[in-house]
Amino acid sequence: MTQKLVVIGAGMASGRMLEHLFEAGADHEVTLFNAEPRGNYNRIMLSPVLSGDKDYAGIVTHDDGWYAARGITCRFGEHVVKIDRRRKVVTGEKGEAAYDKLVIATGSAPFIIPVAGRDLPGVVSYRDLDDTNAMIGAAAKGGHAVVIGGGLLGLEAAAGLQSRGMEVTVIHLMGHLMERQLDPAAGYLLQRELERRGITVHCKGATKAILGHDRAEAVLLEDGTVYPADLVVMAVGIRPETRLAVDAGLEVARGIVVDDRMVTSDPDILAVGECVEHDGQLFGLVAPLYDQAKVAALSLRDEPAAFRPVQTATKLKVTGCDLFSAGDFAEGEGREDIVFRDPARGLYKRLVIEDDRLVGAVMYGDTADGNWFFGLIKDGTGIEAMRETLIFGPAYQGGAAADPMAAVAALPADAEICGCNGVCKGRIVEAIAGGATTLDAVRAETKASGSCGTCTGLVEQVLAVTLGDEFVMPTAKPVCGCTELTHEDVRRMIKARELKSMPAVMQELGWKTSCGCHVCRPALNFYLLADWPLGYRDDPQSRFVNERKHANIQKDGTFSVVPRMWGGLTSPRELRAIADAAEKYNVPTVKVTGGQRIDLLGVKGEDLPAIWADLNRAGLVSGHAYSKGLRTVKTCVGSDHCRFGTQDSTGLGVKLEQALWGSWTPHKVKLAVSGCPRNCAEATCKDIGIVCVDSGYQVGVGGAAGMDVKETEQLADVKTEEEAIALTIAFVQLYRENAKYLDRPYKWIAKVGLDWVKARVVDDPESRAALIERFRISQSVYQKDPWADHVQSEQARYAPLANLTLEAAE
Amino acid sequence: MTTWIDIGALDDIPARGARVVKTAMGCVAVFRTAADEVFALSDRCPHRGGPLSEGIVHGKSVTCPLHSWVFSLETGQAQGADAGEVPTYPARVEGGRILLDATRLARRSAA
Repeated sequence: MTQKLVVIGAGMASGRMLEHLFEAGADHEVTLFNAEPRGNYNRIMLSPVLSGDKDYAGIVTHDDGWYAARGITCRFGEHVVKIDRRRKVVTGEKGEAAYDKLVIATGSAPFIIPVAGRDLPGVVSYRDLDDTNAMIGAAAKGGHAVVIGGGLLGLEAAAGLQSRGMEVTVIHLMGHLMERQLDPAAGYLLQRELERRGITVHCKGATKAILGHDRAEAVLLEDGTVYPADLVVMAVGIRPETRLAVDAGLEVARGIVVDDRMVTSDPDILAVGECVEHDGQLFGLVAPLYDQAKVAALSLRDEPAAFRPVQTATKLKVTGCDLFSAGDFAEGEGREDIVFRDPARGLYKRLVIEDDRLVGAVMYGDTADGNWFFGLIKDGTGIEAMRETLIFGPAYQGGAAADPMAAVAALPADAEICGCNGVCKGRIVEAIAGGATTLDAVRAETKASGSCGTCTGLVEQVLAVTLGDEFVMPTAKPVCGCTELTHEDVRRMIKARELKSMPAVMQELGWKTSCGCHVCRPALNFYLLADWPLGYRDDPQSRFVNERKHANIQKDGTFSVVPRMWGGLTSPRELRAIADAAEKYNVPTVKVTGGQRIDLLGVKGEDLPAIWADLNRAGLVSGHAYSKGLRTVKTCVGSDHCRFGTQDSTGLGVKLEQALWGSWTPHKVKLAVSGCPRNCAEATCKDIGIVCVDSGYQVGVGGAAGMDVKETEQLADVKTEEEAIALTIAFVQLYRENAKYLDRPYKWIAKVGLDWVKARVVDDPESRAALIERFRISQSVYQKDPWADHVQSEQARYAPLANLTLEAAE
Repeated sequence: MTTWIDIGALDDIPARGARVVKTAMGCVAVFRTAADEVFALSDRCPHRGGPLSEGIVHGKSVTCPLHSWVFSLETGQAQGADAGEVPTYPARVEGGRILLDATRLARRSAA
């Protein structure tokens, strides 16, 4: 007897189920309801439709002909309003349909966050073709789009809208993008890539309201940030669409509860797809949905079948970035990581291992080996034997005894190892053959890893591959060739053993050289003056020339002179003095710097004291543009002049600069204060950046805009200027006391963790007060104008010891 | 023959430091080590012309301030794998005064 089958929802799961059913020769009489006025199409391909790469016709999977050929009654565009289980009848808007078996495939509904303004025109979700067409329509008018939600869907919406010419901002509640598929490092790479393409990404952003009168105009975040928005896309997540099932009295938890055969609590009703909950689990990826479809089709034919969800891997291309994740990659006790990074190529791979089994994998940039890793995860393969080479993938497994350096060994001679200095593998191998058998030797010979140092590991691997057993991989990196100790060891012992002079350090810690070298001496000098501000005397001879001469040496041996301009403010009197000095000393180049100061370039070394004396007379002091210390506090004009300014950003900048100037730090420190979230002072890429908002001050730390580009992370939001200044000073002092020499704050924070910093600077008032007090003590010694000082007592250093040219001429 | 001329006091140069002497053929850097030895070398790094007198002095070596080449103060030879040489000049200390060989400087300058 022909069975009457009613299916509610024409999505990808039910579509696949019908295919299986008819392929098996079913003689069901099928009625198919769909709320959308169309049949089944490939929803995964909505992104290319949004970006314009495909059109709707190109993504239809079942056209009218397909349904007709199978005798399916299509009731598209008709909502089902009720299921009557007693009478076994489904009621649609246009009438009833009786069933012997019913399949619910209502899918999921977008989750709309309950904020003010969510119902305004211009706010859309991103689930179906209508949403997609609405976005395409809005994008045609251009303007700003805000996408709420930095998951897969949100990012695809963002990329699509951007490719259609909109200015796009993504707001994501969590700390990094796609946190369910990616770990923070991969999320960071993805964010960097999106930002490189011009999409603004705001993580840790909680939406407070959608602003606008008769349509969406802007999105307001809890932190006070406002993003203009002609279009708002809600893509924060989905939830199973279960209303019909609930009304019908079926068992529903988060989703419609089904057994292994995809049968609900009513034996004549099945459910498949995103609306389903099986064994406490919901499903959103297509692979398990297709498995469900297969099982449901068999169940409908009374054939045995059981849905066994398997682990799934996510292999995605988000806006051109290759991503892969599989298994469980959370950190945990007993879990170990193997990580491979290639910053220059934007590659990141991380494997998570537990009990000699691979349990998770995250890859960014190169996902070619993803399936192989996924296989290892699924099969629970023991990886002990190949652990050394595991991260290089299947190409380096099997055959002869595994060579841990196979990947490096396999690199061609012209593969670039050191991007900064343009050194390829062949050159390094050549140097090694020529006798450079240590990292230092290779660095001296080729300059490889001599600049930013990120390729140090690779250089060591090339050494290991080339030399074999002769090369012993160093465990921890010593300060320099004068000692085996690391920076961290040295800092610790200077404090613990109260070593208060350079000879004391070198003697007690067993330095191998008589008086150190150009690498360790500047570091030791800083550590000593930071830890013992009152007992230790600064040693100019252990400073790099710039800090010894309080000017920046240029390639031709001349110097640059940058007077301090507090918060970037200056006056006609100061400008005149600068102009006069520039003319008097024949300064060839006068330039405005990125930190809002004026740079006089090309001053002769012997003229330095004289030009400083002239500048001093106009009240100008050293700008420390040469120091590992406080450089500049960049500001915008703030509430004094700007119509958007929320606080006196210039005034705060001046106060900060007056508090911090003269202090020596492990590396240079740059600050900025912006008067509103438009952030004209670019505060969010500074070592410390303060953004003023109506409610106070957002203090961020650890930004960077050099070799690395990184946005600041929130240290704290405070209400008053005094609190902002206190936090800033305490942070600087903590950094001075703990960081490795030449680590900018962002690198230091990455090592100790922002939480560690917050615990000492923000959460513990006593610790904060003690830091500020120690900074005050240090400033009592070091906050003085070195120019005035040198003009007064060190003039001789700048002049030649003798001039024999006259005698030679005689 | 050697004609020693007095160019200044040892204490005019900081220990582990240098001062410059102007000569007809260019600047000569006079170095004083931690052990109060004195060395005179041309004040020009053969790599990119950096002023060696501004470098950090360690042991009997100096590191050029521009690109960190290291030179022996005794021989003027570049250390490590860098290849290069800085002209050196006789220098000595006598009674707290620094003496340079004027003929060497003059002969070179005349050449």
